[in-house]
Amino acid sequence: MYGFLIALGLVLLVAILWMVYRIQTLLSLAKKSDKKYVSGSNRINAILMMVFLIGMGILLFWYSIKEFDNYQLPIASEHGVITDRLFWITTAVTGVVFLITHILLFWFGYRYQYKENKRAAYYPDNNKLEVIWTLVPALVLTVLVVTGWKAWSDITSPAPDNAHQIEILGYQFAWEIRYAGRDGQMGEFDYRLISPTNSRGVNFADKNALDDFGAQNVVVPKGEPVVFRIRARDVLHSVFVPHMRIKMDAVPGMPTMFWFVANKTTAEMREETGDAEFEYELACAELCGNGHYSMRKIITVLEPDEYQRWVAEQATFIEQDPGLIADLPDELKELAAIKISESNK
Amino acid sequence: MAEVKLSTHGAETHEGHDHEHSDNFITKYIFSTDHKMISKQYLVTGMFWAVIGGGLSILFRLQLGFPDMDMSFLRPILGGWINEAGQLDSNFYLALVTMHGTIMVFFVLTAGLSGTFANYLIPLQIGARDMASGFLNMLSYWFFFLSGVVMFISLFLQGGPAAGGWTVYPPLSALEQAIPGSGAGMTLWLVAMVLFIISQLMAGINYITTVINMRTKGMSFSRLPLTVWALFLTAVVGLLAFPVLFGAALLLFFDRSFGTSFYLSDIYIGGEPLPHVGGSAVLYQHLFWFLGHPEVYIVILPAFGISSEIISTNSRKPIFGYKAMILSLLGITILSFVVWAHHMFVSGMNPFLGSIFMFLTLIIAVPSAVKVFNYLTTLWRGNIIFTPGMLFSIGMVSFFISGGLTGIFVGNSAIDIQLHDTYFVVAHFHLVMGSASFFAMLAGIYHWFPKMFGRMMDNRLGYIHFWLSFVGVYLVFFPMHYIGIAGFPRRYYSFTTFDFTDKYTDLNMFVSVAAIITFAAQFIFLFNFFYSMYRGRRASANPWRANTLEWTTPINPGHGNWPGEIPTVYRWPYDYSKPGSKEDFIPQTVPLAATPESNLPHEKELVKVEREIMEEEGEALIIDEPKGS
Repeated sequence: MYGFLIALGLVLLVAILWMVYRIQTLLSLAKKSDKKYVSGSNRINAILMMVFLIGMGILLFWYSIKEFDNYQLPIASEHGVITDRLFWITTAVTGVVFLITHILLFWFGYRYQYKENKRAAYYPDNNKLEVIWTLVPALVLTVLVVTGWKAWSDITSPAPDNAHQIEILGYQFAWEIRYAGRDGQMGEFDYRLISPTNSRGVNFADKNALDDFGAQNVVVPKGEPVVFRIRARDVLHSVFVPHMRIKMDAVPGMPTMFWFVANKTTAEMREETGDAEFEYELACAELCGNGHYSMRKIITVLEPDEYQRWVAEQATFIEQDPGLIADLPDELKELAAIKISESNK
Repeated sequence: MAEVKLSTHGAETHEGHDHEHSDNFITKYIFSTDHKMISKQYLVTGMFWAVIGGGLSILFRLQLGFPDMDMSFLRPILGGWINEAGQLDSNFYLALVTMHGTIMVFFVLTAGLSGTFANYLIPLQIGARDMASGFLNMLSYWFFFLSGVVMFISLFLQGGPAAGGWTVYPPLSALEQAIPGSGAGMTLWLVAMVLFIISQLMAGINYITTVINMRTKGMSFSRLPLTVWALFLTAVVGLLAFPVLFGAALLLFFDRSFGTSFYLSDIYIGGEPLPHVGGSAVLYQHLFWFLGHPEVYIVILPAFGISSEIISTNSRKPIFGYKAMILSLLGITILSFVVWAHHMFVSGMNPFLGSIFMFLTLIIAVPSAVKVFNYLTTLWRGNIIFTPGMLFSIGMVSFFISGGLTGIFVGNSAIDIQLHDTYFVVAHFHLVMGSASFFAMLAGIYHWFPKMFGRMMDNRLGYIHFWLSFVGVYLVFFPMHYIGIAGFPRRYYSFTTFDFTDKYTDLNMFVSVAAIITFAAQFIFLFNFFYSMYRGRRASANPWRANTLEWTTPINPGHGNWPGEIPTVYRWPYDYSKPGSKEDFIPQTVPLAATPESNLPHEKELVKVEREIMEEEGEALIIDEPKGS
């Protein structure tokens, strides 16, 4: 019934529009206005140019100012402060260009609308002008590029030696986390070792793997360098932590990394945002299948001493599932037993 | 094609002509070798795909704007893709996004834009009877048509069409276990793209050959309209870039069907490890974007050409900095091949490569800026007539500024870390290449409709169409900057799973409503187009009082374009409002010798050369000898 009414309404609407159109065409024929070289609509369009400029300009400023705190995410990493500063510098520079060019575009449209007794200026070129407006953008862009390049080289430089190693493995449709343990060395992995009990494919024949441990959430100390060792198990994923301005693809067969220093604990961020339930979130930013939109992982940032305590509490993989080392040679089993007893001290 | 050879000069062409009119329906409208008919075929096919591509975007905008909506009413069209609860299937959502991108980029803005205007304008504006090879031209269209048929069929497959994004990155696009769309749908996608590439290469070779070899007497490269320059360079870019996509697609095809490992390595999926080792997923991205980035220039260069022509004509002013416009087109053409990896800053490729591509990318902003300033100066002190074509060209410039400036953000690798794959990027490219070239396409249709069909489109409907679309496009894409800065990733089926995206539901709803209105406004255009084709007011020979050669043909040009000999060209195409001249335009066919009152100092020298050439050819000046010269 509803469908029928909507269809009827649409048909009526189209019929009315059709009538208006026909009447209008006939009227313009009668008035011979279609014979004129330039009709009165020219003036209306010129005025609309200004209306558009002013209307959209007001809308732009009003919304940008009103919503600022909503779209501007608080920054939670040291490099994020730098990239965000670059972002806002670029916004300022391009914003000025945006406004000036648009004001000129629409104002010229209005100001130089057709007048019957007027003639356009014959002004085919001016080399001086052209050189100026080639060089000025080139100069401004050079400044932007060089500052961007410096930030980029710092961010992508090799991670400091003392960085905490955290492995993030993406798969359809979740993340697995692994810590390097107290030796600070991540054990090797091989995708052929992946099994229901060893979802990360860790090679426990590598003794660095013996103290590795997993975690439900990513836990990160504040103020200390942390390196995410990123890989994927099936298709491309991308580690995206919006508050920390982190993004790096996870590629099957090609481990990637991103290092950073978190500068606000979760507790501090809860205070800053006034949201008692605030959590840092890790999302997937590279299309990976139908669950792409739901690959959520929580990141907790702790004070360094809290972090050390947390690390000490974690049980290693081999403690949790001794079956993982069942097939290992005896000397490695012994080593594993020593590691377990060490960590239980 | 005999008359093409005879076409340079002489009266014999008159005879060769009248024999041509024995076309039957099939040779005239279907397997036509006439560039004008092929152009119209491209246009109508492009419009068909634009409606499909736009319609798909409305479907996913419904999902994004109204996530809780009961979509059962769409079941008659979408069938099983609407689940029991009346929700859009999340796999199908990805298929919609993928098909929208593929269709818009390739079928509408590449074939629909270049195909239509290169075919229509190149022979008419350079003064040629037809394309260099009419047969190749026909084949090109029919390969495109076939490609469209294959793509269209893929929409109706059980597993759905390709769903890995329009960039179809492997391993997602290579493994059916990963997403259902990577089964038969992806195979058809690859087949369709291969057919499309073949079509584009045949078209491109033809455009290039025609422009180089078949310009009429006097039509030097320094007198070519900017439309032809732009379409010529577009064809060059396409010819160099498309084969690489062909290679990428072929390797992907091998990985999918023959067990090779070009792109696949170390994959564990569906509970088992796959045998592929040693491939690189990033290799595909390099190959894809080696086409993919030039592709966005394939889409925007014709838009520059069309808008330059229309803005100059309707400002009644020469285009400002004709040479600078050509140089910036050339600069963009060359640079377009060395910036591709800026799509891959965070793909895991060597960060040093990232710095190189950041430098190269931001260089391309310079010629783009020059173009914008030149458009503005062309409007300055003009005598502007707002035809619908002019309005859409101004809209194109506005979109190009808005979208181009955000390119400076995403081209900067440090800033791109945060913005990559968010809605900020979606806003950026929809404005700068999507909407800008779409508007140029509409501008071109409004402007050359009288030549194509011998009738005028209705101006008032054109104005309504323009203002609804112009405001609409901004209301759709501008808000996306805000949600992009807020970190909303693209290609998300739902935003409720994360705290940081669980807001802006109102803004997303607003965008969806704006999208629906903007899409609906395009039907005003469709009505205007088809109605005017049959019932529109009859056009005069030169309704916009333009200078270029196409307006010297009969109102309905027949096969061969000019009934007599092809006109000779004596000047550049932008002599508008020249001081001293009575009319505010001087067509390219008017000799300098006939306009002593408006000749510039250096042109007075050229008059002598002009005379000498004419005497050599044994021709008399048709126009009266000017007094006192």
